[in-house]
Amino acid sequence: MAVIHSAPRIASHDGVAATLEQALGAHHLRSHEEHGELIFTVAREGIEDVLRTLRDEHQYQQLMEIAGVDFPSRAERFEVVYMLLSVTKNHRIIVKTSTDENTPVPSVTSLWYNAGWLEREVFDLYGVVFDGNTDLRRILTDYGFEGHPFRKDFPLTGYIELRYSEDEKRVVYEPVELAQDLRQFDFMSPWEGADYVLPGDEKADTPPVDEPKVTDSPADTGAGADTDEKADDKVSAGSPAEEDGGDYRTPPPDPTEDRPDRAKRKGKTTDTKAATEPQATGGKGES
Amino acid sequence: MSGLHLEESPTTGDDTISNYTINFGPQHPAAHGVLRMVMELDGEIIERVDPHVGLLHRGTEKLIETKTYLQALPYFDRLDYCSPLCQEHSYVLAIEKLLNVEVPIRAQYLRVMFAELTRISNHMLNIGAHVMDVGAMTPNLWVFELREDCMNFFERASGARMHSAYFRPGGVHQDVPLKLLTDIGDWVDSRLPELFGDAMSLVLDNRIFKQRNVDIAIVSKDDALAWGFSGPLIRAAGIPWDLRKSQPYDVYDRMEFDIPVGTNSDCYDRFMVRVKEVYESAKIIKQCLAEMPEGPIASDDRKVAPPKRAEMKQSMEALIHHFKLYTEGFHVPAGEVYVATESPKGEFGVYLVSDGSNKPYRCKIRPTAFSHLQAMDFMCKGHMLPDATAILGAIDVVFGECDR
Repeated sequence: MAVIHSAPRIASHDGVAATLEQALGAHHLRSHEEHGELIFTVAREGIEDVLRTLRDEHQYQQLMEIAGVDFPSRAERFEVVYMLLSVTKNHRIIVKTSTDENTPVPSVTSLWYNAGWLEREVFDLYGVVFDGNTDLRRILTDYGFEGHPFRKDFPLTGYIELRYSEDEKRVVYEPVELAQDLRQFDFMSPWEGADYVLPGDEKADTPPVDEPKVTDSPADTGAGADTDEKADDKVSAGSPAEEDGGDYRTPPPDPTEDRPDRAKRKGKTTDTKAATEPQATGGKGES
Repeated sequence: MSGLHLEESPTTGDDTISNYTINFGPQHPAAHGVLRMVMELDGEIIERVDPHVGLLHRGTEKLIETKTYLQALPYFDRLDYCSPLCQEHSYVLAIEKLLNVEVPIRAQYLRVMFAELTRISNHMLNIGAHVMDVGAMTPNLWVFELREDCMNFFERASGARMHSAYFRPGGVHQDVPLKLLTDIGDWVDSRLPELFGDAMSLVLDNRIFKQRNVDIAIVSKDDALAWGFSGPLIRAAGIPWDLRKSQPYDVYDRMEFDIPVGTNSDCYDRFMVRVKEVYESAKIIKQCLAEMPEGPIASDDRKVAPPKRAEMKQSMEALIHHFKLYTEGFHVPAGEVYVATESPKGEFGVYLVSDGSNKPYRCKIRPTAFSHLQAMDFMCKGHMLPDATAILGAIDVVFGECDR
């Protein structure tokens, strides 16, 4: 496909894939070129060797970024993606490997200083552990945060919310309580690959029955003159209300406002005292 | 150190002097936002810096995964809120790369021109803040006038001063009036060089400014590469690396401009690189104004760019296209791209993973400040406490972008 977009133009990919495939040896799993990006997938254990080879022998001097991606349906659900840049060859490549929640990825902090924070970020947001990174603390989330928020199974709203409490004069943490459900507008056309079932559509898939349903005959339902006659018979003595002028078996409930034992409804927060509230100093009134 | 002799500690052997640990920020104006740095000091000498970032983390990347491609665009204005249009540039180019859609030439010129205006407005903020961090007040007030002018231009083009959302996949949102272009031309010719020149004349040869910046935080070329530096920081280290030149996008390959590089790789060089870049940006803007052709400002691919409103009143098909684009949005072919552009602060990249639907599967943003800020410990070590503000000012961090 001819390139007609105007995104950054880098040096040609011609022959690069073949050269690097050979250089990476056994660690190399596959490589492909798509949308103008050259992407190498390598074995997890070999990632440090691979990147060292690329840096020292193939002039990819800079590690620009490490990105985590979560594919929950895969056996190894996380992809760790390294973006490399060569300032001498004016070329970029993407190297990636995969891992799961428990398997550590070898750290590349020995190759690039800036890998430290980039790995911390992937650890913080995805829970990927990097073996050899001595400073694997959380970086973007709050102090004491639990969980890895960028995983696909972590809800967008999170679990904990915080606010400043005027009563306690400090920030308090509470479970998330939404005033209304989080609305997810999905405008995907149902004719073009949306994989959900619209309400009512599930009926379309029920299997055909053996005997088709037909209109019931009087023999099936027992309808007829006998039944009509029987329907006229009195079965009970009538309601008590009809007998003795009627009275309420249960009294009506008390009006809710008069319930003395019920506590007054109370909001969660109290109002902040207004800055312009009149002071109780006495004496000075409005003139 | 030859003329100095270190004073003996007044304590006898019984006492031990431990280092002093302080918090720099997170609420200090010189911290440029919400940065908390835990500093270990030996007297006034910085022994260790541990920057704590993430206090402004808003989960932008996660939010983008729940929005359509077009709905996610305004998030980019809010990352680096000092140079909003340059962030949009990376994002729209990433989408266009996946879609392989052609952008009309006028739209490319408009984008380049507004990206350069953004660069000027960003550098105005940083230059002003940097000189204020080291004690000078007046230049900041003057360059803020220019920043204000840029804001007015953005407003006249897009309707918003800061969060413009002006660049769109396939082009720009709207064409600009001719009067705006002539006003930008006048501004670049007269007001910018005049006011900026005046402000800089107060600073560039100022003795105090030089005392605070020259030979502070020298970074070698090798270290600059290993720390993942980009933008003015890598250029100050003497490496002529500018993505606008080496990996041109839009019409940057038609522009003639120079890449200023530093010689000493200290804070003063970083500052000077930015000052020179302002003049280079002005050159690019002039070329854009001179060469910009008439024509459409957005792709005519109706599956990507919406039709004109007038067309919608007449054509049923245009109405349907508009409706589909603003409800379902466009579908992007499955695949992954990493697109980086030269934002005023350095390489701003977007790694976009698409699964073929109308929402990004993953949108990783490469902030410029992340790598630079990480080097704070390395750059500050052995310097005095007040040098930390100069170093931080010369990095040019904005936390909206660093913390995402």
